[in-house]
Order: sequence, then structure tokens, then C-alpha cells
Amino acid sequence: MNATSPRLRLFTFAAPPRLYALMGRLVPLCWLVAIGFALAGLYIGFFVAPTDRTQGDAYRIIFIHVPTAWMSMLLYLVMAFWAGIGWAFNARMASVVARSIAPTGAMFTFLALWTGAFWGKPTWGTWWVWDARLTTELILLFLYLGYISLVNAIDDRRRADQAGALLALVGSINVPIIYFSVIWWNTLHQGATISMTAAPKMADTMLTAMLLMTVACWAYAFAVVFTRARAMTLEREAHTDWVGDLVGRTAGGK
Amino acid sequence: MNWGSAAEFFDMGGYGLYVWGSYAAAAFLMVLEPLLAQRRHAQARRDAVSANLDDDLS
Repeated sequence: MNATSPRLRLFTFAAPPRLYALMGRLVPLCWLVAIGFALAGLYIGFFVAPTDRTQGDAYRIIFIHVPTAWMSMLLYLVMAFWAGIGWAFNARMASVVARSIAPTGAMFTFLALWTGAFWGKPTWGTWWVWDARLTTELILLFLYLGYISLVNAIDDRRRADQAGALLALVGSINVPIIYFSVIWWNTLHQGATISMTAAPKMADTMLTAMLLMTVACWAYAFAVVFTRARAMTLEREAHTDWVGDLVGRTAGGK
Repeated sequence: MNWGSAAEFFDMGGYGLYVWGSYAAAAFLMVLEPLLAQRRHAQARRDAVSANLDDDLS
């Protein structure tokens, strides 16, 4: 119990070298989970789940649409959380994680809109409609892009992190609005696919495929965000001793 | 099994364009994004190596 014992503490992984190493170990694991679950989800989604009585095979877009839409909202909240932590506690790595999430969140938001358009055309007869759910999801894309532009436009890194945190936190009000938009307004978009209070309205195999794809998207997000956070850590810490040791070791020098 | 043949599978009951248009975009972006992140990490590593070489010379 002496002060130098290397016990894990709450902030152990707030240290850049430890977080860098931890993320490096997790990335391959995340890819394994992402690819495994995606293959299982796609197999069940396309070969086991039956054709829908009303929508035909167009409904199979659900297996990519719902997971990407969920991820778009979840990642925004996670991004805002870490941006806020970085701001409140001046925790550098929290801000790095927040910045690393933004492009992946924007990518999932774009995919949710894109797959939604490709689902809307055959079922509603239109690629796009200014409906509450679609419009608020489009605003989410602009919030991600606004956050990315803002943090990149300010040269002073700490000020950029703070400004980004403010935008991310204020923008997070949009997430519950997206989620409840189908209840609060009369929209063309259907209600929640999965509800905590009601039994699922879809066949078990459809639900299974969708949940497998959701796990795959989660693991994918972890893998990409960790890779980007590792890159950003090296960029910021290039002149520190630990990065010197790290690259010296692997380059065979020093 | 839902499909009698490969052609039937690709046709998706007439909704092929929409189903495959969705999955193609997802596949494209979900391959591209990790590659870009990977490349950024490799570049950051190269920059860190040269930054530390400079330190040694000075």
C-alpha cells in the first residue's frame, strides 16, 4: 500500500502513454468483434429473416439503418460527455477522445440519413421530406460538422477544446428531440423500433439481426475512435519523452 | 433460405437498388474511414520519429 505501488486508480488511463497502449491493445479485439458480429448479423438479416409482408425485401435496410441511427445519437452524447469532462477538469485525453469521436459520429449520421432516403423512396415515395425526425437528424449532422470545423479553426488547442465542448454540450439538447420527435410531432417516420415498455413488434430473427449489427457498429466505432485517438495523441505529444522512447524502441534506434 | 438463385438475391424482390444502395454506401464509408484513421496514425508515428531525430541532433 505504499505510494509508489502501481495500483489502478480512477485516473490511471488519463495518462497519455497508458491510454495509448491500452487503446492499441483493444483495437484488434474491437475489429474481431465488429467483423464477427457483422457477418452473423448480415447472414441472419439476409438469409434467415423472412420477407416482410407489407414492405417486401425493402425492409432489410433496417439492419443498417437503425444501428447507424442509434450510433449517430449515442456517439454525440458520448462526444459531448468527454468534451465536457475535458473542459471541466482540464483533462487533455478526454478532449482527444471527444475530438476522435466526431468524424465517426458524423459518418454514422450521414449513413442514417442516406439509408433512410433509400428506404423512404420505395416505402414513402420520396427520398426526403422535411419531417421532424429527418430534419433533427440533419441538424445532428451539422452539429458534428460544426464541432469538427470549430475545433480545427482555433489554433490554441485548449481554447479549441473549450469552444468545442460548449458547442457539443449545447447541441446535445438535439438528441432527445430526435429521439422523441416521432412522439411529439405527427411525422411520416415510424415510431421507435424497440421500446422498453412494449413487446417487440418484429419477428425474432429480424430483431436478432438488428441487434447483432448494432453490436458490430459499436465495436467498429471503438476501433476507429481508438485508432484516431492514438494518432491524435502522437501528434500532440510528439516531443515528449514517452513518445521518444516509444518510437525509438520500435525504430530500433536509441 | 429466402432466395432461389443469386439473381433473386440481387433483385431483392424488386428493391435491389434501394437495399444495395444502402449497404454499398455503408460498406464504402466503413472501409474508407478506418483506412484514413490508420493512415493518420502511421503518419503521426513517422512525424514523431523525425521529431525525435531532430531532438537528438540539437
